[in-house]
Amino acid sequence: MNKPLLEVKNMKTSFYTHVGEVQAVRGVDFHIQPGEALGIVGESGSGKSVTAMSIMGLLQYPGRVKEGEVFFKDENLLKKSQREMMSVRGNQIAMIFQDPMTSLNPVYTVGNQIVEAIVRHQKTSKKEAREKAVEMLRLVGIPSPERRIDNYPHEFSGGMRQRAMIAIALSCEPSLLIADEPTTALDVTIQAQILELIKELREKLDTSVILITHDLGVVADVCSRVIVMYGGLIMEEGEGGDIFYRPSHPYTVGLLKSVPRMDKAEKQRLIPIPGTPPDLVKPPKGCPFAARCPHTMKICLEEMPAYTQISKTHRAACWLLDKEKSERGGE
Amino acid sequence: MASYLLKRILAMVITLWFVITITFFLMHAIPGGPFSSEKQLPDEVLEALNEKYHLNDPLYKQYFDYLGGVMTFDFGPSFKRVGISVNDLIYSGFPVSAKVGGMSILVIILMGIPIGIISALKQNSPTDYFVTIMATIGVAVPNFVIATVIIYIFSSRLGILPSHGLTSWVHYLGPVVSLSGFSLAFVARLTRSSMLEVMQQDYIRTARAKGLDEGVVIFKHALKNALIPVVTYMGPMIAAILTGSFVIERIFAIPGMGKYFVESVGNRDYTVIMGITIFYALFAIVMILIVDIIYGLIDPRIKFSD
Ligand SMILES: Nc1ncnc2c1ncn2[C@@H]1O[C@H](COP(=O)(O)OP(=O)(O)O)[C@@H](O)[C@H]1O
Ligand SMILES: [Mg+2]
Repeated sequence: MNKPLLEVKNMKTSFYTHVGEVQAVRGVDFHIQPGEALGIVGESGSGKSVTAMSIMGLLQYPGRVKEGEVFFKDENLLKKSQREMMSVRGNQIAMIFQDPMTSLNPVYTVGNQIVEAIVRHQKTSKKEAREKAVEMLRLVGIPSPERRIDNYPHEFSGGMRQRAMIAIALSCEPSLLIADEPTTALDVTIQAQILELIKELREKLDTSVILITHDLGVVADVCSRVIVMYGGLIMEEGEGGDIFYRPSHPYTVGLLKSVPRMDKAEKQRLIPIPGTPPDLVKPPKGCPFAARCPHTMKICLEEMPAYTQISKTHRAACWLLDKEKSERGGE
Repeated sequence: MASYLLKRILAMVITLWFVITITFFLMHAIPGGPFSSEKQLPDEVLEALNEKYHLNDPLYKQYFDYLGGVMTFDFGPSFKRVGISVNDLIYSGFPVSAKVGGMSILVIILMGIPIGIISALKQNSPTDYFVTIMATIGVAVPNFVIATVIIYIFSSRLGILPSHGLTSWVHYLGPVVSLSGFSLAFVARLTRSSMLEVMQQDYIRTARAKGLDEGVVIFKHALKNALIPVVTYMGPMIAAILTGSFVIERIFAIPGMGKYFVESVGNRDYTVIMGITIFYALFAIVMILIVDIIYGLIDPRIKFSD
């Protein structure tokens, strides 16, 4: 196995608010290979965005990474100064966000916002940067980009704005693109187009992609590997097949039941997981999902299970998988 | 853009016509005439005065005569200052008011906006608290109180500032501080809250994600958006300040428009009251148009088309 492009080790991020320490991310480990597409899924509030912002060094007060390491091309990003991170952001790691309607600055043209990213990181003239910007807009499928480049964001539709965001993100040829819910705010048909675009560009430009979403259906098509997060922790990790056909964590099973499946022709009932995510100021001592899990045992409430390696690519943290302990602790 | 301007100018003319008409008829509805004052004038003198100023004409004729005059920017003679026209008063008063007002506006813009930005960027710091408290005081204390305090402390007690007139640059300090106090505080507060709101926007996160310097994030991406509400407030503010503050000009004995206006009200000098009111209205309307154009230049979402 070759060296990972990004390796996150035991990262913990908290927000120090007046109600206490919100432990948004409570120790996550994962990695991504060059050219790979990794999905991070989980319900809203499970810590996906905070994980991404921590990697990018974009946490705002009162958030702070309190522990762990983030190795990117052999350098620990968490050790870098803000100034050093500025030349990583947008250059080597780029990011796009959920709401394309608000992610572009309304008072500058789309072209201006692409050009500034290029000029920031590459030694080019304004004119060359503009040519590059036109080329990027064409690449992401904006019709007549020579004209559209001088449009303001409000003159673009939602789908086109997300395309423009992708153009900005990829303009400096980053080795990693983090897409945080890139399609959540879009219509279903536009969603499919944007996902198709991300998939296509990943192959074309050989960029690694972390695709963050609460919708398992979205990752199925794009990602080869998937991480399932809940309560600031990774509950299960595996290749697409592991997660979709051999889910081992009751939370993953619950998530799968709550999304429509394209591969099942007959109409299915969608069953949302009952209950709400845990309080992260006082996170439960045991498994965070125990309060909502249909298989909860006594030990689940008391102690967080270790990961069980199900196969070379597949691991999950659940007492059900830990035969010996669960038999002792079960009722 | 051209058709937009045409429409706006048409709307301005109509607004102005309303102002003229309302002012005219209100003035004429007030019991008593300009010459029915304290000491009783002999009937024949009164009659001669009424004749001279066409006050015996039917009201509609007076109205159309006045309207005709205003259209040629002729506000007629002053009833109380013999041989002086309302135009003379405006020509002599407005430059003085505009000079004091212009300086105040510069102070408001050059200090209010930077103070607001600094306060927002250092949110919840001692600097921010200090600015917030000062701004609250500035907004709460009326300008004539500031003026009185300045005169009391710096002119009467310490004797370091002149208390009246405008003969040297130190004379401007008191009036400018008094006149800019409220708006300076208001602009600082407005800039601060607008800046804080803008800094939370998604496009600021996008700008940071591009690896831009924090300076570029603040001064390019945040500031232009944050200034939109500030510019909106600026239109009426500039009009009000440039045309002078009646009270401040009285307190510092500055021969500006405001001073003449207050005197004319006391004197029942009807033509001066009407003339200055209409001039104020015209000025305010033009300033608001200019601000709307600037507004459109800052915010591309605003269309001038219709
Ligand atoms: N600025 C903040 N202050 C306090 N808590 C925060 C802040 N940002 C995020 N959180 C908390 O962190 C947790 C994880 O949030 P997030 O990573 O945004 O979830 P998601 O998986 O939906 O992206 C949530 O419980 C949220 O309340
Ligand atoms: Mg999120």
